Amino acid sequence: MTLAEMQFQIPDLRLASAEIFMLLMACTILIIDLFVKDQRRTVIFVATQLTLVGAAVVTFATGSGEIAYTFSNMYVADLMGDVLKLLVYLTVIIVLFYSRGYILEREQMARGEYYVLVLFATLGMMVMISANHFLTIYVGLELLSLSLYALVAMNRDSVPATEAAMKYFVLGSLASGLLLYGMSMIYGATGTLEITEVAGRLYSGQANQTILVFGLVFLVSGIAFKLGVVPFHMWIPDVYHGAPTAVTLLIATAPKLAAFAIVIRMLVNGLIVMAHDWQTMLILLAVLSMAVGNIAAIAQTNLKRMLAYSAISHMGFMLLGLVTGVVDGDARFALNAYSSSMFYVITYVLSSAGTFGMILLLARGGLESDELEDFKGLNKRSPWFAAVMMMMMFSMAGVPFFVGFFAKFSVLQAVVAAGYLWLAIVAVLFSLIGCFYYLRVVKIMYFDEPINTTPIHAPMDMKVLMSANGLAVALLGIFPQALMSLCAFALLRSL
Amino acid sequence: MSGTPLLSLAIWVPILAGFVVLATGSDRNAPLARMLALSGAVAGLLVAIPLYTGFDVHTPAMQFVELHSWIPRFNVNYHLGVDGISMPFVLLNSFITITVILAGWQVIGSRVAQYNAGFLIMSGLLNGIFSALDGVLFYVFFESSLIPLYLIIGIWGGANRVYAAFKFFLFTLMGSLLFLLALLYLFVQSGGSFSILDWHQTPLGMTEQTWLFLAFLVAFAVKVPMWPVHTWLPDAHVEAPTGGSIVLAAIALKLGAYGFLRFSLPIAPDASHELSWLLISLSLIAIIYIGFVALVQADMKKLVAYSSIAHMGFVTLGFFMFSALGIEGALVQMISHGFVSGAMFFSIGVMYDRAHSRQIADYGGVVNTMPKFAAFFMLFAMANAGLPATSGFVGEFMVILAAVDHNFWVAFAAASTMIVGAAYTLWMYKRVVFGPVANHHVAELTDINGREFLIFVLFAVGALGMGLYPQPFTEVMHSSVNELLRHVALSKIQ
Repeated sequence: MTLAEMQFQIPDLRLASAEIFMLLMACTILIIDLFVKDQRRTVIFVATQLTLVGAAVVTFATGSGEIAYTFSNMYVADLMGDVLKLLVYLTVIIVLFYSRGYILEREQMARGEYYVLVLFATLGMMVMISANHFLTIYVGLELLSLSLYALVAMNRDSVPATEAAMKYFVLGSLASGLLLYGMSMIYGATGTLEITEVAGRLYSGQANQTILVFGLVFLVSGIAFKLGVVPFHMWIPDVYHGAPTAVTLLIATAPKLAAFAIVIRMLVNGLIVMAHDWQTMLILLAVLSMAVGNIAAIAQTNLKRMLAYSAISHMGFMLLGLVTGVVDGDARFALNAYSSSMFYVITYVLSSAGTFGMILLLARGGLESDELEDFKGLNKRSPWFAAVMMMMMFSMAGVPFFVGFFAKFSVLQAVVAAGYLWLAIVAVLFSLIGCFYYLRVVKIMYFDEPINTTPIHAPMDMKVLMSANGLAVALLGIFPQALMSLCAFALLRSL
Repeated sequence: MSGTPLLSLAIWVPILAGFVVLATGSDRNAPLARMLALSGAVAGLLVAIPLYTGFDVHTPAMQFVELHSWIPRFNVNYHLGVDGISMPFVLLNSFITITVILAGWQVIGSRVAQYNAGFLIMSGLLNGIFSALDGVLFYVFFESSLIPLYLIIGIWGGANRVYAAFKFFLFTLMGSLLFLLALLYLFVQSGGSFSILDWHQTPLGMTEQTWLFLAFLVAFAVKVPMWPVHTWLPDAHVEAPTGGSIVLAAIALKLGAYGFLRFSLPIAPDASHELSWLLISLSLIAIIYIGFVALVQADMKKLVAYSSIAHMGFVTLGFFMFSALGIEGALVQMISHGFVSGAMFFSIGVMYDRAHSRQIADYGGVVNTMPKFAAFFMLFAMANAGLPATSGFVGEFMVILAAVDHNFWVAFAAASTMIVGAAYTLWMYKRVVFGPVANHHVAELTDINGREFLIFVLFAVGALGMGLYPQPFTEVMHSSVNELLRHVALSKIQ
């Protein structure tokens, strides 16, 4: 082969301009931070937020709604990716607003690195969302994970935070290993790591089934770990609990969107032919997660830990939508099922942001406010924020008129339509158990007398945003149509 | 009047009023909150009245229908409408809301705005349940109405309020989650419709019908409540503030019974016939066994709570004999029970506000200190026992007549409870009201004031009016009940 024959195609950079913009801005902000004297890092905060807004503009401007590949088919731009990315930016913007007061009170966190790491984590999520290659997924995932490990450990004098970071790092590396091992087996069986190509080769039946199934098991284990579903959930409670609340807020929100995206990319785009195999695995994971998550949450006295178990059960519920896409080789329910999962994960992120945001709202003077007791009598201290928190709790419990109801509704609808009635019954019974601990938070806020009667001090922007978050949970619960059809439309144009 | 969305008004006027009341904020503005709440409740009744005056009694079709697309993705519609079965309950609910706001006027001193707002919002949601013709819309109202009552019991309730509030919420939710699955299943079976009226026509095999019927049964039996899932009710009643008890007894219990008529009977008619023995047995157990349980209660609220369960037993008994007389009797009984049990709980509340006890043993000779109260209490106790000329009599008598047609022994068992019912109510009345003044607490009681007098009069008009002249109520039900029976007689098995 001569040099002239080795064709070097310049990739279409335009499709990935949001990622490129994000990378450049993150590096620029890192450099600017060297010259910032302001202890409050106002410039950095504003620049970070503007970067996210800018990325949103770029994504919006370059998104055509058509499926397009670049970087030798390692990267895909499609509507689902664009929608999820826009939601990721929005979530991170909210996270940064909620966290601002909290990190300013902690000297070790109030640094430029915090913002830069958040931006790199965001970049990792963007890469995950747009991956069309197993290695791209891996790279994005590692970028996200490494940024998060560092963020968890950022408050380095805090023993629980350091411990949580260590645990997260060790177990996270194990999961990455599983994922890589699974990918290598997929490569061994199909001879390619390009997701659409894998799908093509599986379709034509030229793959070793045994290796493929083994690879799938490792792949699903890796995904399960990142999603935090049973039995790969051990890190969730410790990390949620130990990490600084501002970081917990980040971990509990935006990465769920990215994790959903890689599930769709790997399992649906790549391995849909093996749907029967991975659906069976996911059913098991989903049922176990709903059981363990909901039952273990009852025993918690720490709100962050309770929400961690609640996250486990919610991810299990979300998986229900994914297991009902293909029934007896018939994919006619697929769009309905996957879009219900997408709707579920988006609404979960919305209410999760609100609940952790509320913990941040109550935290003050460098102290955490993450015990259930800290919420006692909140209705007497601030009726409005108690009402907002109540809306979040009822939304998570799946009580109408809040958006969580329609999330559960659409997933259950997919499950029933696919004929898995028993699964739907299991799901609702565990939601009933789950309802208990959400009700307990409402009870603590409304029925108990406050221990601490000081009124709530928080920056105005945070109060406004928190209120908007609560209203969004209620309004989307009354008018869920737009978001539902957006999910369905995005998936329709991308699958 | 045509074109005015009356049902939407009946739903949203109280809810909006509730939010306005909520906006008055702290207890400094309590008088304003009370006035706004009362205006909201009165406005709620005023917008509901045209539902009765404009009602066409000759047609079984849904009236005042509103149909707008809500969630096209799942073909869910904002579909409202009432027939002769549901319309009286919208009125009853709007009426009861006024009494509830008045009942809490002086008694509730803390977080007044939230208290009144809770009742107004709940009133709107309850109207929504009775007028929803879309399965999802029904469910959304059905389940969200738990939230205000949960808060009302939990915040303003008695000593054991937290336990009662949780039990109430989780019991009802357990039933309604299975109900949700039944709705989703029907959505699939009917080819993608959530319209309750479409479901009435959907053909279903016997197995499907049986499962659906059982899922409905769990949801509605908890709500009615039927034996053996009734245990949440006495707790909820005992702990709830007076207003909460009134709404619970007068309206919330009717939801389950209404659900039987709207869902179980027309959607699963064959299974309803097949399993009617089960429902009749459970109803008889409720009537007889719970009647005896009521006899031994020491707490007045518990006694009336158990008597509510027994009375609701008559309602479910009436439904499952599949005769016009039985169903109309049951409906009359439901409305009558709304007035009578509401009044009974209010009477107990009046005494509790003064002496802070609900124990029968703590009273005695109340007539000496509260003669006006004793007279009203007597009237409602008699109505509760089913005395002729009160509304309590009409419904029970109609159901028993229908039962005689159905099976003599069922009728015999049901009729025997007229005696038990009279026994526990009147015995309680005798111990509380008659005799010498029992202790200094009773001696210090003051008779009812103008506000309480007004509430009693409102209840008395309802209870006596229905007892003496039930025709305005039965007349509106007639064609809808006949239509329902026609549906239930048709087999859906193909």
